[in-house]
Formats: sequence, structure tokens, C-alpha cells
Amino acid sequence: MNIEIEAISKSFGTTAALHPVSLAIPSGTLVALLGPSGSGKTTLLRILGGLEFPTAGRVLFDRTDATGLTVQERRAGFVFQSYALFRHMTVFDNIAYGLRARPRKTRPPEAEIARRVHNLLELINLPDTGARYPSQLSGGQRQRVALARALAIEPRMLLLDEPFGALDAKVRKQLRQGLRDIHDATGLTTVFVTHDQEEAMELADLVVVMSMGRIEQVGKPEDIRARPKSEFVREFITA
Amino acid sequence: MTDTLILPSSVPQRPRRHRSATTEPVLIKALLIGLCLVLLTVLLFAPLIAVFDEALQRGWAFALQSLSDPDAQSAIRLTLLVAAITVPLNAAFGIAAAWAITKFDWRGKAWVITLIDLPFSVSPVVTGLLFVLLFGANSALGSWLVANGFPVVFAVPGIVLSTMFITFPFVARELIPVMMEQGRAEEEAALTLGASGWRTFLTVTLPNIRWALLYGVLLCNARAMGEFGAVAVVSGKIRGQTTTMPLMIEMFYNEYLSVAAFTMAGVLALLALVTLTLKSALEWRYADQLAATHRH
Repeated sequence: MNIEIEAISKSFGTTAALHPVSLAIPSGTLVALLGPSGSGKTTLLRILGGLEFPTAGRVLFDRTDATGLTVQERRAGFVFQSYALFRHMTVFDNIAYGLRARPRKTRPPEAEIARRVHNLLELINLPDTGARYPSQLSGGQRQRVALARALAIEPRMLLLDEPFGALDAKVRKQLRQGLRDIHDATGLTTVFVTHDQEEAMELADLVVVMSMGRIEQVGKPEDIRARPKSEFVREFITA
Repeated sequence: MTDTLILPSSVPQRPRRHRSATTEPVLIKALLIGLCLVLLTVLLFAPLIAVFDEALQRGWAFALQSLSDPDAQSAIRLTLLVAAITVPLNAAFGIAAAWAITKFDWRGKAWVITLIDLPFSVSPVVTGLLFVLLFGANSALGSWLVANGFPVVFAVPGIVLSTMFITFPFVARELIPVMMEQGRAEEEAALTLGASGWRTFLTVTLPNIRWALLYGVLLCNARAMGEFGAVAVVSGKIRGQTTTMPLMIEMFYNEYLSVAAFTMAGVLALLALVTLTLKSALEWRYADQLAATHRH
């Protein structure tokens, strides 16, 4: 699914989190929103997911206006910074949550849900953890479960907020490749937020550098590295 | 390790006992634990035993007979009725208040939090007087209510209202810190997975707060049954009609019916003990879940 962001702005009270920003994301791209904290990257991601609504501007999914769609209607697979796994549910129930929440007409039977959950557990390389609780998993495992839970709803796009933020360097490297593989296998348009320029450059097809609620530069990693448009971009990517 | 091997073996190496940094010497431990036990005995156990001792000083039969007094029975019924109305309502209001305060941002939030605490800081007697002033026969609203056959003051509605006011903070206060700490991420996750707001509340929010809710409800219930000051003012203490158990206890006591007074007090204490036992049993039964949901 391709995503178009048309002059989206967002203010909280009197402070502007996003000045009008526009961005076109071709279908199937893996995009990094890169910037320091306070640059508006998370706000932009939450607007795409329907968790925040823009003060002005439009969001289009496959050329149809999606600005007014509720968070449920967007069907975005969202991975939260702290994973936000349901702590009182097992891993299995966490992943099955989205399927069970569907209206009866479109809800798969329980056997089908179980089959899909097991497939997802295979996909994230945690086949035997279904009965465990999130508190019994390591940080990296939790992150993968959160990804599986987001994929379970057959999302139209994948949105990840600092997906590797809370992990140590080694796990981070492994999971980076894991995300790349899953993206390539599903072909989902994927947007992830990061403040780590190395992560963005290594993983993404398209990097969007943001600062102070504005988009500084959009481009392929090698183009941004070769021709930074502003002093800010130059400094940020060499940091 | 290698250093100790070179040392002459004539020096006897006494194994030193290592204490962890968070452990106190034995003497201090004994002193503190002893002090706690003395305090617990004097403040909690002794009075509790004294109540039952006084109640049973002339035997079980005599004590139980004092409970068969119609006024005593009416007091028990009224107390249970008041608790049965106020506790569910305050549980619902408490959840709603905590939900609104912790999961949404809006203007005037700090003011509402202060308002929720108001019953804690106002003396119950003042609360009672406020309700008498508001709904009493001398006020326009009160006389209208009386004229329409729905007296509030010196009647059961007044008791329910003042008890609700007094016990309002218990559930909300118990829930707010827990819900604050848990944040909004799990709810947001449920929404992105397609769950409706109501489903999110039932399957994510409520299970996460159930223990705090249980504590809040138990505290609220204990206070609802035990409230004296506000109810004393609002109820008019009409025997057999608007007298709750705490009021009845005082009446019996003032009439030198000490067995009746202490038996009633014993029943009230037993109700509290039953709820506490219930709570402990649940905690024991669901210890795993408690650990999993980080409620200490």
C-alpha cells in the first residue's frame, strides 16, 4: 500500500509538533523516520497509525483519503517502543488478540487462529513460547512477539516506534536483519522511527531525516550520505 | 586466591562471616521486630480480642440474644443495604474517574484530582451537616423533596448519599497510581489491533487493574459499613429506621448494654475480618498472576 502525507501539521496546545510536512511513500518500501528526540518523528508515525489526528492536512492510503479513518479502521500493525505486550496474557493470547477482536463475521475459527499464531511464532523463531507470559521473556523476545502480534491482523502497513531502542547492541543487530527479512517476505510498506542514523542507513530503502517538526531531507541512504542537503543533516548522519 | 596460598599456614584463617549491605546486626533486628510486635499487640490484637471478650462475658447465648433485638436486626440490615448500594456505585465511579484521569488529557484534571480527595480532608461530621443544610427541611430543595414524599435527611437516601461521599476516594485513589504507572500503551496497542474502546477496557484495562480494584472495593466496603460521623448527623438516629450498626453500637453503649454493644461491634469486626481473609485467600490463590502483572 502506498502512503501519501499531504501538508500534515500537528500542534499540542500552543506548541507545534509538526509543521506542515509532505511525504510520499511508495508501496512496499521500508522507510526510516530519522531524527533526534523532539523532531516530530513519533508524532508523524502515530498520525499514520490513527493514534493522533493531525491539526491540518491529509493522509492518503492508496490514493484514497484516510485522514478520518479510526485507529481500528486503519489496520496498521503497530509496534510500540516499550512493546506494550498485554502483561496478563500469554504470548499466544497476545498474538491472537487482534484476530479474536474481529467482528464475528470476519473472525476466523479458533483452530485457524491457533494455526496462524503458530505460524507467526515460527516466523519470529520463538516456536515454543506460546504459553509463557511477557514478563518471562527477554527484551529481544518481547520485541519479536510484539512484531508477531502486529502481523497477526494482516495489516496494510507496519509501523514501528523505536523498535530496537531498549535492546543491547548485539540483539539489535540480529533483530535488524530479522525486520528486514520479514519486510521482504511480506512486502508490507513499513515505517520505523529511530534516532540511530546507523540503523536507519543500514536498514531502510528510504530515509526521512527530521528536525524540529520539519522534514530536512528524504532520500536513499547512499544519496543522503553523499549529498546532505543541510548542515543539520550532515552533522546528524556523521554523528 | 593465589595470594592466600603463599601465606604461611600457621596463621589460622578464620572464615569471616559476610553480611550483605542490606542486613542489620542481630540486636537491631530483634529490637525492631520486637517493637513492631508490641505495637501490633497493643494497637490491633488486644482491642480486637477485648471486643469479643466483652461480647462473650455472659456467654454465647446472651450475646446472640442481643442480636435478635428487632432494632439490632434492623441496624444490621440497614448497614448491609447501604454497603450494597454504595460499594458498587463507588466502584463504578472510581473506575470511571481513574480511567478519565490516567488515560486522557484534559483541562481541569488537577482540580478533579483534588476534588476526589476532598472527602478525605473534610471531617465526616461537616459532611453530614452539609447534607442536612442542602437537603434538610429548612432548605428549598429539602422541603420540596419532603413535600413530594422523598425525604433525604433523617432517612435512608441521606445515609446512602453521605456514605457515598465519604467512601468516594477509596477505589479511585487505589486505581490512579496503578493505572498511571501502567500508562496507555497497552490500550493503544489493543486499539491498533482493531479492538473497540469497550473491548479494550474489558480485556486489557480491567484485567490489569483487578487487584487494585479489589483492594479499593474492600477498603470502600469496610468504610461504608463502619462510617459513623456523617451518618450520625444525617440519619437522625431513629431506632429501627435510620440506625446503622455503628450508631446502634453507640446507643447500646450509652444505655449501659455493654454485651449488646460489644456483640454488635464483634459482628462488625467479623465482617471486616471475613473480607480480609477473602483478600488473603485470593492473593494466595493467584500469586503467579500477581507477580506477572507487577502488583506488589
